[in-house]
Amino acid sequence: MRLMLSGFIALALLGTLMFAFGCGGVSSGGSGTVPTGGGGAQNSVPLSVDGGPAGIGGIYPDAAFANVTVCVPGTNNCQAIDHVLVDTGSYGLRILKSALTLPLAQESHLVECAQFVSFFTWGPVMMADVKMGGEVASNVPLQVIGDTDTGFPNIPAACQNSSPGGAADTLQTLGANGLLGVGSFIQDCGPACATSTAPGFYYSCPTATTCAGTTVPLAQQVPNPVAMFATDNNGVVIQLPAIASDSGQATAAGTMVFGIGTQSNNALGSATVFQVDQFGDFTTMYNGQSYPGSFLDSGSNGIFFLTTALTGMPDCGGGNTGFYCPAATTSFATTTQGTTGTSEPVAFKAANVNLLFSGNNTAFNDLTGDNPSCFVNTTTTAPCFDWGLPFFFGRNVFTAIAGRNTPAGPGPYWAY
Amino acid sequence: MVGPKETSPRSFQLYRTVILLILALPTFAWAALGGDEGSVQADQARMGASVRITRTATHAVHELQTPGGQVIREYVSPSGTVFGVAWQGASKPDLKQLLGNHFEEVQQAMQRRGVRRGPLVINEPGVVFEMGGHMRAFAGRAYLPQLMPSGVQADAIR
Repeated sequence: MRLMLSGFIALALLGTLMFAFGCGGVSSGGSGTVPTGGGGAQNSVPLSVDGGPAGIGGIYPDAAFANVTVCVPGTNNCQAIDHVLVDTGSYGLRILKSALTLPLAQESHLVECAQFVSFFTWGPVMMADVKMGGEVASNVPLQVIGDTDTGFPNIPAACQNSSPGGAADTLQTLGANGLLGVGSFIQDCGPACATSTAPGFYYSCPTATTCAGTTVPLAQQVPNPVAMFATDNNGVVIQLPAIASDSGQATAAGTMVFGIGTQSNNALGSATVFQVDQFGDFTTMYNGQSYPGSFLDSGSNGIFFLTTALTGMPDCGGGNTGFYCPAATTSFATTTQGTTGTSEPVAFKAANVNLLFSGNNTAFNDLTGDNPSCFVNTTTTAPCFDWGLPFFFGRNVFTAIAGRNTPAGPGPYWAY
Repeated sequence: MVGPKETSPRSFQLYRTVILLILALPTFAWAALGGDEGSVQADQARMGASVRITRTATHAVHELQTPGGQVIREYVSPSGTVFGVAWQGASKPDLKQLLGNHFEEVQQAMQRRGVRRGPLVINEPGVVFEMGGHMRAFAGRAYLPQLMPSGVQADAIR
């Protein structure tokens, strides 16, 4: 709750008062004024890298969180959710049932198995107004995730079989109260789920225990809520400060600005635009080799790149397996390249992750690990660069949404 | 962790299971990884996939295209054992089907993981499992180090 804004404390008190009079949920009162993220512009919210919410059972390093307010559509019955992970590697808003007290209505009978690389999220698709800063996405689908508490306790075998990592559906397994997917695409599944049930994302569950795969038109899939804002809906800018120390920093605070080139605070300026391919990827060059299938992902909590063989970086082993643990902090020089040929050098450091994690710091620009199996194209799996949150420190990173116009042409692209 | 659960009406589930069991009877093999060449056919049938086979001097590659747009390649040794699988797609394939008995091994290894949130790399004595990409573009591979034919490097599984 430490990230909750003073305005919301007052609203929560009001909600408690109203609850005493028999109204469920938390009301935002009648003013209609949307609380801003605090200290920022109407089209921005604060970002916090602080190790995650209380109760996750440890520190969640290099994770950027924002507050998201959800409301019963068309009403002032709203709830602010703190510590929602900002993830440019996915699309759509998901909130833990355990963090949600608002009585939202389900969209048709839709229940979703949203697939992520290392887990899935299972739960009903609900309709809500989504508010961030002064921006509003009215009556949009989001996913409420949980195991037995969402009313749909029977996870289909096909969903479970997609992920040996199982579900991330509790505060401990998710490490956050929700996921805010603000990447380059508008829907979480897209055309594949509009025409076929085979991707296994969407189910129709007319009863709590009777689910069958269903196709879902694009407009009814869970969307990146930024794309549903009335204004400033062509992308986001993530602004995080540089980290000065190789051993990290206790916390970091930044800003997510909505829109690209729509206001005075989100102009591209001198940023280089990197077009991405149809899958949302570009190329990183290192040591004379090109690695297509590379991507920016604020939801990855490290720069995950190549392999121990290609980098010479030893694996940490033990509980930090998959992270790199060089004897001394090591510098890397790469070049990122868009699909139309624009390119820029990107330098970064790799520190010994066992040492980074030995203290209580939560924000690191040199947290790295391996990444041997990326999606390069529909017929190739190969090593690549997953530019996670360490890449975002010290930069303004623009993520343009597919098909939306910006001053540099339509998305999808990244610019920095 | 989420335990195994059922969905859909029990009778339908049972009916479907019986049908699939009958389909699989000729091979008695469900799992691709570590299974015989016949298990690839079981995967193909279960996934409703089309298949294309290419053979090299050291191994055969069975490439399956699923109706969901996934591409799965299964690598078969000269002795007829599936020693590796690789996949790409906008969604993840049925990894329990592809990994077979090794699915649980990977599940258990994942429970020992720390705070890494990103691509997956599991290096167990008996199986290597890797997955990467992001929503709408997943890829990965798994292989059995002890069963790699001579002359085949892990890089070949892609």
